[in-house]
Amino acid sequence: MLTTLSRVIKYGLVGFWRNGWLSTATIAIVFLVLVGFGGLLMFNSLANIVLADIQDKIDISIYFKVDAPEDRILEVQRALESLPEVKEVEYVSRDTALETFREQHKDDPTVSQALEALDENPLAAAINIKARELKDYEAIAGYLDKESYKDITDKISYAQNIGVIDRLKSIKSTVEQGGLLLIIFISLVAALIIFNTIRLAIYSNREELAVMRLVGASNFFIRGPYMIEGIIYGIVGSIMSVIMVTIGVFYAAPYVKIFVPDINGWTYYLSNFFMFMSAQIFFGVGLGVVSSYIAVRKYLKI
Amino acid sequence: MIIFQNVTKIYKMDDHETVAVEDINLHIHQKEFVSMVGKSGAGKSTLIKLLTGEEKPTKGKVSFGSYNVNKLKPNELPFLRRKMGVIFQDFRLLPNKNAYENVAFALEVAGRTQQEIMEFVPQALEMVGLKDKMRNFPRELSGGEKQRVAIARAMINHPDVIIADEPTGNLDPVNTWEILKLLLKINELGTTVILTTHNKDIVNSINKRVISVEDGRIIRDEEEGKYILV
Repeated sequence: MLTTLSRVIKYGLVGFWRNGWLSTATIAIVFLVLVGFGGLLMFNSLANIVLADIQDKIDISIYFKVDAPEDRILEVQRALESLPEVKEVEYVSRDTALETFREQHKDDPTVSQALEALDENPLAAAINIKARELKDYEAIAGYLDKESYKDITDKISYAQNIGVIDRLKSIKSTVEQGGLLLIIFISLVAALIIFNTIRLAIYSNREELAVMRLVGASNFFIRGPYMIEGIIYGIVGSIMSVIMVTIGVFYAAPYVKIFVPDINGWTYYLSNFFMFMSAQIFFGVGLGVVSSYIAVRKYLKI
Repeated sequence: MIIFQNVTKIYKMDDHETVAVEDINLHIHQKEFVSMVGKSGAGKSTLIKLLTGEEKPTKGKVSFGSYNVNKLKPNELPFLRRKMGVIFQDFRLLPNKNAYENVAFALEVAGRTQQEIMEFVPQALEMVGLKDKMRNFPRELSGGEKQRVAIARAMINHPDVIIADEPTGNLDPVNTWEILKLLLKINELGTTVILTTHNKDIVNSINKRVISVEDGRIIRDEEEGKYILV
């Protein structure tokens, strides 16, 4: 059995080599599919991280009127803490806000001078709220919109952040859907090309195949080499695409960093390299095997 | 050993049918040498295809040893074919393999080890008298030599039967006799031989069983027969 397997692999390699240009073209199209697939995979993972990162930063802030009494503010805080949707409530008093503001602008003499010129603290107290889930923000915002708070609240800021998330999500899903369609399309083209390559190989080997049948070669022995050819297309194509995607991520990572400073695409890629690599190899080999299997079933009479 | 029972083969093409062989009953025993004669299109080749499992009979039963040929599944056919050695008029050697590799190929596909191949192939080529031309490619061999390589390949798996389908059709008289002598030698060593031919002289000279086929039927079946043209 091992002898047969090694011979099947040998014949597959010989066939692959003899086919020369046809093999090269087939690998090129497999490579193209896999680069698209690998790129999409990387995009999807990065987009998920960016989304999670932004979602983590999102909160609702209620700014109170400057003259709002502190005990009423604390009352609002307690009420919020009792809401099931709320994960975290942080009260920033007027003094704390001023402190933070001073700290941030300590190098800017005009700002400090302007503050000195004022008798009174101009900043409002605020409460920052983090919800458990993104969809809970709307409920919380609705709760804060109550008539009884109207006299002390100045404004509630949350809408603009939600907009960013929605936009990001829609970009992500558009790219994913478009990319997926494109990959399905070029996968079909690649499958057809592999299919045709194997068909031509079967045709040009018809004498050899007739002799194989004549001397009693098993079906595995007759079909095996073509399956091996398909596997080789997948393996070579995916190795090339792993290299290409790696180079691509290396050069693209600095640009991603400009948009989202917290994320290092390169280190993320390296730490998940095994997953990206095996996904591409798996997809490539699967494509090769399935298409050559169909060709062999259709054109190789036993 | 080989039994055809009420075998009929009809080829269906679109709306018309062609009867290739009809109601064939035939029994070939072990170690027999059988010549099958008849005009082109008489049905000789169809009988051989039915025996090798290339075609399935429309009616009837073909058996070979313990195999019921027409009931074999595709994955069982190779094992049947390893028990048969088939030789053709056009040799069917692989042009890009030399004599040694052509014979070795039959052992390779049967899953034999490299040691066995290195041992058996020279033996087989020696038997057909081609030990000196082991490394020659088919284009460097004469018609008779090519057919002898084909015989060596057919014999290499020690088949129970050698089926020679017009093996001398492309050969001159001298080579024809060489091949015939080789087939008789193989038969003497205990292998059944089925020979289809147009060659009246060889059939008449060997005094073996002759089966005459005409219009898809066996019209004569004689021990020590002659080639009688109708």
